[in-house]
Amino acid sequence: MEKIKIDIQELDLFFDKKQVLKNVSLHIPAGKITAIIGPSGCGKSTLLRSLNRMHDLNPQARLSGKIMLDELNILHGNTNVVHLRRRIGMVFQKPNPFPKSIAENVSYGLKINGLHDKKKLAEAVENSLRAAALWDEVKDDLDKSALDLSGGQQQRLCIARAVAVEPEVILMDEPCSALDPISTAKVEELMLELKKKYTLVIVTHNMQQAQRVSDFTAFMYLGELIEVGETRQIFQKPQHDLTKNYVEGHFG
Amino acid sequence: MKRKIIQILGMALMIAATLVVVAILGVVLFDLTAKGAPVLSWEFLTQSPKKGMTEGGIFPAIFGTTAVTLLSTMLATPLGIGCAIFLHEYAPDNAFTRLIRASIRNLAGVPSIVYGLFGVAIFVQFLGMGASLLAAGCTLGLLTLPSIITTTEEALRNVPRLTREGALALGATKWETIRTVVLPSALPGILTGVILALSRGAGETAPILFTGVAFYSRYLPGSVFDEFMALPYHLYILSTQHHAIEEVRPLAYATALTLILLVFMLNLTAFWARARWQRSLGAGK
Ligand SMILES: Nc1ncnc2c1ncn2[C@@H]1O[C@H](COP(=O)(O)OP(=O)(O)OP(=O)(O)O)[C@@H](O)[C@H]1O
Ligand SMILES: [Mg+2]
Repeated sequence: MEKIKIDIQELDLFFDKKQVLKNVSLHIPAGKITAIIGPSGCGKSTLLRSLNRMHDLNPQARLSGKIMLDELNILHGNTNVVHLRRRIGMVFQKPNPFPKSIAENVSYGLKINGLHDKKKLAEAVENSLRAAALWDEVKDDLDKSALDLSGGQQQRLCIARAVAVEPEVILMDEPCSALDPISTAKVEELMLELKKKYTLVIVTHNMQQAQRVSDFTAFMYLGELIEVGETRQIFQKPQHDLTKNYVEGHFG
Repeated sequence: MKRKIIQILGMALMIAATLVVVAILGVVLFDLTAKGAPVLSWEFLTQSPKKGMTEGGIFPAIFGTTAVTLLSTMLATPLGIGCAIFLHEYAPDNAFTRLIRASIRNLAGVPSIVYGLFGVAIFVQFLGMGASLLAAGCTLGLLTLPSIITTTEEALRNVPRLTREGALALGATKWETIRTVVLPSALPGILTGVILALSRGAGETAPILFTGVAFYSRYLPGSVFDEFMALPYHLYILSTQHHAIEEVRPLAYATALTLILLVFMLNLTAFWARARWQRSLGAGK
């Protein structure tokens, strides 16, 4: 049996009166890539954002249930969100670099966590950019604005930024939806590389992508987790008709 | 075919409107320059008025306007930006804050003479500043405050949510996010707002009229508790209150020209600062 990194137990989530997650229980295995798939609006992003407590910003969001990151009770009121988010990084659907230089983007997370040693920061910038397969393209432009990079480069920069704080888990919400096929291929390659060190959870609408990169796949429908299993099983021998219809492209 | 004609017609109308505006501006500027430029000289800019303001220069007025404008900016900018940050980032969105917002918008439309009277009541008398550079600076600051708050709030609103979430997801606190990501992103907008407010303040007469401006003063203000001369007021005196209005008319034109140049320079600075900042951010992408 795999080691479980994140354990989601009977999670309910309401936005005001609308229930968006219904009794979701899911194990995220350590060191693997788990893909979350499902039709638009079924709650994939909402589930993902529960893991690093991004719903804290939304006064309308109410969560109940339990999410454990190893021994840490994520949803507990006493949990330090800043520490939590250092352990669980996030890459967003659209690249969102800060209006700062490339190097400053990567070192941002370390700086706000109190690291100011120039040499260590420079090292971290290089290592993270290498990890995000971006170093060779930008090594001479570290002081240039991150906003001048192409979309694909920006997304890899955002991955480097997340990697720099050395989280344990990286969440990616449709990280390739704004990218061209070549950039997408690069990011997918990167995910497989990152898997060696991190636990990854990705949301994707791209069935091929889920099959190419993920070890496990969870299928959601209207706020419920319908089925979860090894990726090959979900795509080839789904247990539920809903899953079968979805992965075969009958709705979505 | 018909749509094309309509489009051309619309185009022509808009070009005509633009030309009218530019023409009016051009005539004013040309008239001012033609009548003011001959008087404009190094002496005019650097000397005090002499012989009952019929000769000499306007240096004390230039100095006074610069000083009072800078002072008002120094007071209003931190206050305005702080207020906008609070309203936009921290205050809950409820009936009360909406009322505050509406009041601030309305304050921006209050005639400047009202600010002047308020300044007399509060700063000059109640707070005992007397008629002084400080009291006038406070009054002018108050006048520019609403527009600084409104433009700053607008600039904060334009910072994408995704940018904020990027910082939060890396473990930044709310304040760290605001300080390190939101404010830098909003800065060009804030800067433009501040400088536009400032250049409006520089041309105002009513708010400083009772709060500190002097009819004539041979010396520069030695401290913020002294009275001062100012360009708009000096201009007002030269063109309506002087005992030899016809005689000093060229001086009045030159004063007006100086005031316009000063404001123009301020706006140019805003433009330059904004362009520079945006270039360092990667030029509007
Ligand atoms: N902040 C919010 N307030 C209220 N309702 C929300 C909020 N965010 C999402 N929802 C609702 O929750 C449901 C799930 O949204 P979510 O973004 O999680 O879907 P998703 O599966 O990620 O969809 P997509 O594939 O289109 O990204 C939707 O019905 C959406 O309208
Ligand atoms: Mg989504």
